[in-house]
Amino acid sequence: MEIAFNAQELERVNKIKDHYPTEQAALMPVLWLAQRTFGWISPDVMQYVADLLHLPFAQVEGVATFYTMYFKKPMGKYHVQVCTNVSCMLMDGDSIYHHVSKKYGLKNMETTSDGKFSLEEVECMGACGGAPVVVINEDYYELSSIESIDKLLESLN
Amino acid sequence: MFDGQKLILRDIPNLHLIDVYINNGGYETARKAFSMKPDEVTNEVKKSGLRGRGGAAFPTGLKWTFMPKGNDKTKYLCVNGDESEPGSFKDRQIFEFNPHQLIEGILISGYAMGINAAYIYIRGEYHRWINILQTAIDEAYAQGYIGAGMREKFNNNYSIDIHIHKGAGAYICGEETSQMNSIEGRRGYPRVKPPFPAQAGLWGMPTTVNNVETIATVVPILQMGGEAYSKIGAQGHSGTLLYGVSGHINKPGVYELPTGTLLTEIIYDICGGVRNNKKIKAVIPGGSSMPPLRGDEIDDVRMDEESLKKIGTHIGTGGIMVMDEDTDIVKITLRIAHFYHHESCGQCTPCREGCGWMEKILKRIASGNGSSKDLDLLVSICNNIEGNTVCALGDAAAWPVRGFVTKFRDEFEQAISKNKSFIAPNVVHGKRKTASNLVFER
Ligand SMILES: Cc1cc2nc3c(=O)[nH]c(=O)nc-3n(C[C@H](O)[C@H](O)[C@H](O)COP(=O)(O)O)c2cc1C
Ligand code: SF4
Ligand code: FES
Repeated sequence: MEIAFNAQELERVNKIKDHYPTEQAALMPVLWLAQRTFGWISPDVMQYVADLLHLPFAQVEGVATFYTMYFKKPMGKYHVQVCTNVSCMLMDGDSIYHHVSKKYGLKNMETTSDGKFSLEEVECMGACGGAPVVVINEDYYELSSIESIDKLLESLN
Repeated sequence: MFDGQKLILRDIPNLHLIDVYINNGGYETARKAFSMKPDEVTNEVKKSGLRGRGGAAFPTGLKWTFMPKGNDKTKYLCVNGDESEPGSFKDRQIFEFNPHQLIEGILISGYAMGINAAYIYIRGEYHRWINILQTAIDEAYAQGYIGAGMREKFNNNYSIDIHIHKGAGAYICGEETSQMNSIEGRRGYPRVKPPFPAQAGLWGMPTTVNNVETIATVVPILQMGGEAYSKIGAQGHSGTLLYGVSGHINKPGVYELPTGTLLTEIIYDICGGVRNNKKIKAVIPGGSSMPPLRGDEIDDVRMDEESLKKIGTHIGTGGIMVMDEDTDIVKITLRIAHFYHHESCGQCTPCREGCGWMEKILKRIASGNGSSKDLDLLVSICNNIEGNTVCALGDAAAWPVRGFVTKFRDEFEQAISKNKSFIAPNVVHGKRKTASNLVFER
């Protein structure tokens, strides 16, 4: 796949730059845009973004690797994030994590061979009142249970 | 006087829509503030006794006076919505249910400090809430409540632009100097202080960092006056707080209540008591960085910074985590230590090494291979981290671990003991009272 934004995305990049006094500050939002467009932040994507924002490659790489939400490898179509931090652990969030892990044979940050599901054990998602919390891609599922998550995962295609 | 009315999570349907907000007096307080001198606005905030809601409970009005005066220099406001402290989920309620009050709070705060640009930093996981807030910002721009349009709208020559900066998964970016690096497009390493943000913050310019809830609270303060606000809640830490209650509780959620409310009242009366009518073994009062309280310590505890400080803990973010009598304290402590180890940026040795070491020891204890020396070792590691690091993440890691190990030593001893018939005496809060007028939904 050729790594390049289309005209609309480039327009978006210009809009992003307007929010900041320096080009460098556009890096995080542009990486978000790149992840949305290309799926993950490969070294090629880092290079592309570096060129686009006139930054050294090392700087882009440094930022992309510092922040956990920028994927450094391809993840599943459905990225299943299970919170096991304190409030969720108290409500058995770790059982949900282990269940999903066993069900699809996935360890943390692994993806099924068909590319459908990936699993991540996440830190507090800021939804502790709804513990245990599972987030699939961008959607929060609060007060979840092994049963509800099973049902949900099986309904996805 | 406070009449139980909510000042932030107001009970008005669809308040996130700009028309509804305006019909309920929205943006009128900004108009009022703009008719005052900037210093007068800051003075009201000082008089109100408002203290920061981001964790450190620093007096907000005082913080604002650290900013250089005048309009000759670019200055920034950084609104902290990173909300990554485990147990905290309150700022999200503001994004969702009252985003315009946050915007109005930014207008007023910015005016008081002579700031023309604000960045709201929101954790990357909050995609949905970022969208809600962005919509509110767009609407406010369109109607002239933000940006250049303000001059005409408010018939005044002040204006401010508001930008959202989306994080990407790093707890440390809640720390104010790390957050500024993150906004500048760098890795989120905390900066050495001094210089303080008010001297050299974002892009080297004077910057004030305040929590989302703090800024949203500025609106009712200017509306009712600092004096009136200071009479709400506890002396020394006035106002209402958004308490986020989670864990083994019948009705978890975010509740806006006056500061100084009894912890037992929040747990038993407001949140319907403990799940399955269990007793309480431990409560973390303000997010996972704060030292825990033992079940037998929670009677008469009032939830404000001054009261909590007296008993060795803090209000933090107001995130109350309730743990029942069956909770495995060793496991919880290990989970907390793992979190801080994972989130340490690695810049300073005591934090990087200390957090790793603590996790390793706790793992050993949890798996039954610990020794009694390990407990003293843990406490001494905590003592070595505390106060010896660039940012407060070090303290945040040390406090809960030391708190759990010292307050629940029996449980750790039990985990270490080879004699499996040894049972730790279970110190719990035995009050099983639950308010009779509550109906349980769960
Ligand atoms: C490790 C660490 C994480 C923090 N996370 C947050 C956070 O998520 N939100 C927040 O408002 N403050 C957080 N803080 C506190 C900020 O550094 C800062 O004190 C606060 O945003 C100031 O706002 P306030 O005065 O309105 O409380 C954190 C501090 C540390 C040391
Ligand atoms: S205390 Fe920890 S998180 Fe803070 S700067 Fe030092 S290493 Fe980084
Ligand atoms: S602990 Fe899981 S969402 Fe906060």
